[in-house]
Amino acid sequence: MSMPSAATGAALACLLAFAAHAETPRLGQPISAAELARLPRSVFPDGRGLPPGRGTVADGETLYDQRCASCHGPKGIDGSGGHLISDGAITGPDQDPAINNYWPYATTLWDFTRRAMPMNAPGSLTADETYAVTAWLLHLSGLLDADGVLDEKTLPAIRMPNRDGFDWIDARRP
Amino acid sequence: MSEGDETSASGPLDRRLFLRRGLRWSAAIAAAPSIAIAADIPSDPTRTPGQPFSNYGQPSPQEKATIRWISANRAVAGNGVSWTPLHDLEGIITPSGLHFERHHNGVPQIDAAAHRLSVHGLVQRPLSFTIEALKRYPQRSRIGFVECGGNSNSSWNLEPLQTRAGYLHGLASNSEWTGVPLSIVLDEAGVDPAARWLVLEASDAIGMNISLPLAKARKDCLLALYQNGERLRPEQGYPLRLIVPGWEGVLNVKWLSRIELSSEPVMSRNETSRYTELQPDGRARQFTFVMDVKSLITSPSPGHLLSEKGLYEIRGLAWSGRGKVKRVDVSADAGKTWKPAQLQGPVLPMSFTRFRIPWRWDGAAAILQSRAVDETGTVQPTRAALVAKRGRAGYFHYNAIVSWQVGEDGELSHVYA
Repeated sequence: MSMPSAATGAALACLLAFAAHAETPRLGQPISAAELARLPRSVFPDGRGLPPGRGTVADGETLYDQRCASCHGPKGIDGSGGHLISDGAITGPDQDPAINNYWPYATTLWDFTRRAMPMNAPGSLTADETYAVTAWLLHLSGLLDADGVLDEKTLPAIRMPNRDGFDWIDARRP
Repeated sequence: MSEGDETSASGPLDRRLFLRRGLRWSAAIAAAPSIAIAADIPSDPTRTPGQPFSNYGQPSPQEKATIRWISANRAVAGNGVSWTPLHDLEGIITPSGLHFERHHNGVPQIDAAAHRLSVHGLVQRPLSFTIEALKRYPQRSRIGFVECGGNSNSSWNLEPLQTRAGYLHGLASNSEWTGVPLSIVLDEAGVDPAARWLVLEASDAIGMNISLPLAKARKDCLLALYQNGERLRPEQGYPLRLIVPGWEGVLNVKWLSRIELSSEPVMSRNETSRYTELQPDGRARQFTFVMDVKSLITSPSPGHLLSEKGLYEIRGLAWSGRGKVKRVDVSADAGKTWKPAQLQGPVLPMSFTRFRIPWRWDGAAAILQSRAVDETGTVQPTRAALVAKRGRAGYFHYNAIVSWQVGEDGELSHVYA
């Protein structure tokens, strides 16, 4: 039985120093529960991710006039930021989609307002303020009474009129 | 005729097209910067020492009209788009500084050393990755397009908008992207069997978030660190963006900071109120991810001038989110007759593909069109067929055949034909 030459041995050692192709360095650091709690939240249609809080239609109207109306118009109809409320339909020759007749989930309205609005101070609305502004817009949509209140339980319970108006094209429904 | 043969047909004239030409040149064109050639160019560059070295090269001052065209919200300067000047470019790679932009509230300034990618939700091990860590992972490159789902949307208008080809169809760009396969990071975190979707989130001023099916994430998505060989530009997502080959641009989340595994889509604003297509019957198409087969002639195109009769090369781009471009046909008579163009290699899946065909202009009016077919057999539709099928309110996913009219004066204009 012949011994491997010194040169062959060196080559073999060199080869062994390379990791298998599928191996990766695994440098991800565990995220602790405390750190997880500090991450931004995803808000799902069933209300998962919504923080505790509450806001009234009346408070929402005041906040809306102060923080939102300059871009979205006094009743969500005019403004450079695009209209929020439509007085038209989503069928017919002049289709006019907006929150009240097109958006499928009320949670989306809360989530986008919380993370993105107002655009000159994104993320500046508190959870309570976001519930209030959402309540006002849902009132303008005819989906919440003038004395209505929203919180993390009542918001996801609101059924938007066009909830079932969407067909999934490149994804499979569960 | 064989591939690449010359075509010389000039189609019969349509009087309405002349009427439409009255709309020529939008404000966008009128405001285009003029080319000012630097006054200090020596008359004989062989008789004077040249310019010194530079740390980062820039285009010639003589090419300063080759720019992204910005179209932003009057009230919010960081909300809008900028268009790639496809009409001024050649080959298939878009220079990084000319890659189109879509920002919802500006380009965030992010400290790469402090940035983290968090992966959590339906995983066995929630994990956080630094950029330096991701750089140590096996890197992969792919050349491919990113196209905004709203690209070409002015073509839903009743009248053709008169502007440059890139300012109609240039919310699409093509780059070499390099980074870490997303599947590696997902495997490290250990995906729960109940997970079906990823909720992607950015560190920009709207906290851009959107849902991506897990199957696509595992298949070919890339955590991109590099574009065209260099680290990402800030407006392209520095320090980290996702590349989702062939799918609509909004999924290619820039400034990516969080991935939450979930059993369902999050139903964010950008997958419900936006990036969905309202159809004539009031139903809406949702999760229309794949960017369908498309092509356009980039040269000659509106803003170019055919200065005399004679031989020209018709040049264009074709791409498909379903795979490789198989064939591009070109017509000079508004689609009555077609000739196959030559596809310039490399022909890559889900990538711009350059096509060319010589054309002899006889001085008569003509309507130039290109029609692409991809490897799945999907054919780029006519505008009439697309509008008949989808109406005009859908806003997104316009991929119909593009028509340029050549006038007897050699000028080009955008027409519907």
